Amino acid sequence: MTDFAFARSQMAMSLAFHIVFAAIGIGMPLLMAIAEGLHLRSREAIYVDLAQRWARGTAILFAVGAVSGTVLSFELGLLWPRFMEYAGGIIGMPFSLEGFAFFTEAIFLGIYLYGWDRIPAVVHWLAGIVVAMSGMLSGVFVVTANAWMNAPTGFEMVDGRVTRIDPIAAMLNPAALQQVIHMVLAAYVATGFAVAAVHAFFLLRDRTNAFHRTAFGISLAVAVIGIPLQMVSGDMIARMVAHRQPAKFAAMEAHYRTEAGAPITIGGIPDDAAMTTRYGLRIPRGLSLLATGDPNASVRGLDTIPRDEWPNARIVHWAFDLMVGAGSAMLAIAAWAGWLWWRRRRVPDDRWLLRAVVVAGPLGLIAIEAGWIVTEVGRQPWIIYGVMRTADAVTPMAGLVVPFVTFTAVYIFLSVILVYLLRRQFLETDPSARRGWQARQEVSRDG
Amino acid sequence: MTVEHRLGAVILAALVIYALSGGADYGGGMWDLLARGPRASRQRAAIEHAIGPIWEANHVWLILVIVVLFTAFPPAFATIMTALHIPMTAILIGIVLRGSAFVFRKYDAQHDAVHRRWSTVFGAASFFTPFVLGLCLGALASGEIRVTDGRLSSGFFAGWTTLFAVACGLFAQGLFAFLAATYLTVDTEGEPELQAGFRTRALVSGVLLAPAAALTFVLARDGAPQIFARLTSWWAPLLVAVTSVCAIGALAALWSRRFRWARAAAVGQVMCILVGWGLAQYPHLVIPDLTLSNTATVPSTLHALQSVLAAGALVLFPAFGYLFYVFKRRS
Repeated sequence: MTDFAFARSQMAMSLAFHIVFAAIGIGMPLLMAIAEGLHLRSREAIYVDLAQRWARGTAILFAVGAVSGTVLSFELGLLWPRFMEYAGGIIGMPFSLEGFAFFTEAIFLGIYLYGWDRIPAVVHWLAGIVVAMSGMLSGVFVVTANAWMNAPTGFEMVDGRVTRIDPIAAMLNPAALQQVIHMVLAAYVATGFAVAAVHAFFLLRDRTNAFHRTAFGISLAVAVIGIPLQMVSGDMIARMVAHRQPAKFAAMEAHYRTEAGAPITIGGIPDDAAMTTRYGLRIPRGLSLLATGDPNASVRGLDTIPRDEWPNARIVHWAFDLMVGAGSAMLAIAAWAGWLWWRRRRVPDDRWLLRAVVVAGPLGLIAIEAGWIVTEVGRQPWIIYGVMRTADAVTPMAGLVVPFVTFTAVYIFLSVILVYLLRRQFLETDPSARRGWQARQEVSRDG
Repeated sequence: MTVEHRLGAVILAALVIYALSGGADYGGGMWDLLARGPRASRQRAAIEHAIGPIWEANHVWLILVIVVLFTAFPPAFATIMTALHIPMTAILIGIVLRGSAFVFRKYDAQHDAVHRRWSTVFGAASFFTPFVLGLCLGALASGEIRVTDGRLSSGFFAGWTTLFAVACGLFAQGLFAFLAATYLTVDTEGEPELQAGFRTRALVSGVLLAPAAALTFVLARDGAPQIFARLTSWWAPLLVAVTSVCAIGALAALWSRRFRWARAAAVGQVMCILVGWGLAQYPHLVIPDLTLSNTATVPSTLHALQSVLAAGALVLFPAFGYLFYVFKRRS
């Protein structure tokens, strides 16, 4: 592998690792704020117990998200200095706003996690709301910067030099709104399903457990409300991509040859040389309908794109199908759960539904990873779409295999520890273990 | 004062605050690793108590430095991250391991063996990271990182592999250790045994800072000629005098157990040192080729960034005030 390939791999691996914590960092504070809000209204202890338990998991994940996010802010320069030299002045604005959103989030998370018995209950809840809001805003700003790479606006090129920069116009680029909505909803849905799965697992063991029933209800509600909205958002963003980034769209759909009334292809093996996708399931006129709303419209294929500007169609198409497949499965489960919920007027706890939710737990995070592969690999070979090639942005540094291997090893190590730690957090739910934990907390506070 | 100078001042100010807050958190980690004897676990608990709620917010100052640097001075950011690729990567590894180990320790099993394992990672990374930060700042001052026709021409080892840079690294470690021990004497008020331990640590590290500073200064003559020349110009004696007064004042206050005075003096000392470095470095971001003005991006972005920073400060400082009010007020 070349240094360039290692640079891309390191960036991809760092993003893939960080995005899990970023999404949970957006989603968990919402769940905690809902639980604590319910406590303020009903004064039932179970809600505050729940918020505290969720807060413990969030504290661990947030810390890892904070440090892995720091890694990314450095890596922009360590791996892509030419890109930052070119784009820093154009898209620095959302990054600085993100800096302040992150500041606010970190400050109020500190108050939230450590302030249970130091500030009034309502103020504590408000601190939680601030964490949820600023966490969401962090995501909004970072995604805005990424959207600019897909739809670069707010500057002019004169003789290869950037001039007339309008940082506000760059921030309000045409891809920003769609990408932001899609990512924020993704964070809520993924967190909702992941958390619901954990509590569904415990409910399968003991369906009378009020703690897990409450937790399952709140997280499932967020997921059930979020996923249909996400599907609508997905449709909108797909049309936007079809219009703005035809190469990415064609790769997503493994669509090689421009045609009217184009079919949609699900699965299959895209073959660049033969310019066709073998073994895929085809739905006639589906692609034209999806991309334009008109089943007979013509849809641009990869054949209209110069060969050296094609993204890797296999990776992009498979990742896209994985994302849509995961989304559809979650939508089906949400419809099922919502129907049972509406019919019985209480949190559904059918054994088969609980099992389905457990299985669907990772689907939201899988869809997020797949979606990022679609947007990032689909933009290649450009780092700034149509303006700068990724290969021209890379650092002249040699031996990039070393940091790649090092960061990969560190992240794998952290992942193993995290799984182990979170598992123990979950298992410490029986009353005797809880008392032991509270006693330890008391000791550490006094000591 | 032009807008790029104001933004340069913001970078320096953010670095000073990072040193005073995040730097002290590194120092806390060093004392965690060095905790020995019968009170070791209580010392660790005091350190954890002091930095637990605030370290993540403190850490964001470093991100602010990076973000302002790449937004306002993109070519400088590109050059620094290329020339210092190796030490910057090392810093990242240190930051990741340190933050993770700290939170894992808090939420992992409370057995001593497990606790010690995470303490070791946390403490080792707390020693290592400021040292490499010092190497990087020393490299920026060294004059060895060169840019020809807009491209880095001095390779990937220039500046940070010198004796002067090593002295800067050691000095940063010592400064943060001193700062942390001094803060902890205030944080452990009401626990005389712990307080006495941190007082001793603050005194020892504070005294050791003097030869470390002298060594760094002497090595600067060859290692960072511009800095050395500036530190012998007209304003330098004044700054050195104020720094010395703060340093001696801090030690005297520690000696006579006036811990709040010691903390204030130590803060003054660190501020003087970093501001002195900033003045000696001015107007360069990377000596000798990259300055604030020759790397600044277009005015529209600089002005927009300035507005964002001003608006952000309006949110940030009250929020920080509240954070410290909640956790650092006398209970």
